[in-house]
Amino acid sequence: MKLGKVIGRVVCTKKLPCFDGLKLLLVQPLDHLRMEAGPPIVAFDTVKAGEGDLVFFESGKEAAQANPNGWFNPADAAILGIVDAVNAEEVS
Amino acid sequence: MIIGKVVANVVSTEKHPHYIGHKLLMVQVLDAYGAPKGKPLLAVDGVQAGIGDTVLVVDEGGSARSVVGDEKAVTIRTAICGIIDRIDIEGNT
Repeated sequence: MKLGKVIGRVVCTKKLPCFDGLKLLLVQPLDHLRMEAGPPIVAFDTVKAGEGDLVFFESGKEAAQANPNGWFNPADAAILGIVDAVNAEEVS
Repeated sequence: MIIGKVVANVVSTEKHPHYIGHKLLMVQVLDAYGAPKGKPLLAVDGVQAGIGDTVLVVDEGGSARSVVGDEKAVTIRTAICGIIDRIDIEGNT
């Protein structure tokens, strides 16, 4: 899992049937200080997240398992939760 | 398994049902000598770890599900399965 921020929405009309009804969002991965960590990725949403939300997302085959249309699909990133707070302490 | 350091705890109310009741921690991956390596990741806690702990992390679905004790939680991939006390490397003082 990784922390990320939803920075946009991806609209896709022609797509595989297993993606029907899924909302695709553009997510910028973040580190614990909320600095950008790597390039943005596209993830489907399972928790009604929206633009600007801090979220956590899973990648790989576990993401595909969250697809309500069945587990056998090519999705490789899924938003699984909306993050309320990140409590980071400076550690030496 | 990989070595990491807990750098933050993450609070989430609206989340996938598989994650309900589990504590989420952010872990900075470390190399064998304790230097940060790569990007931090989020893991489900299985051992009551806290910020500042050096931990053992599994980043594989089957292993992570056995840590949380729920084999039906198929969306969980990363989990903390141990708190590391010490790493001894031969030839390293």
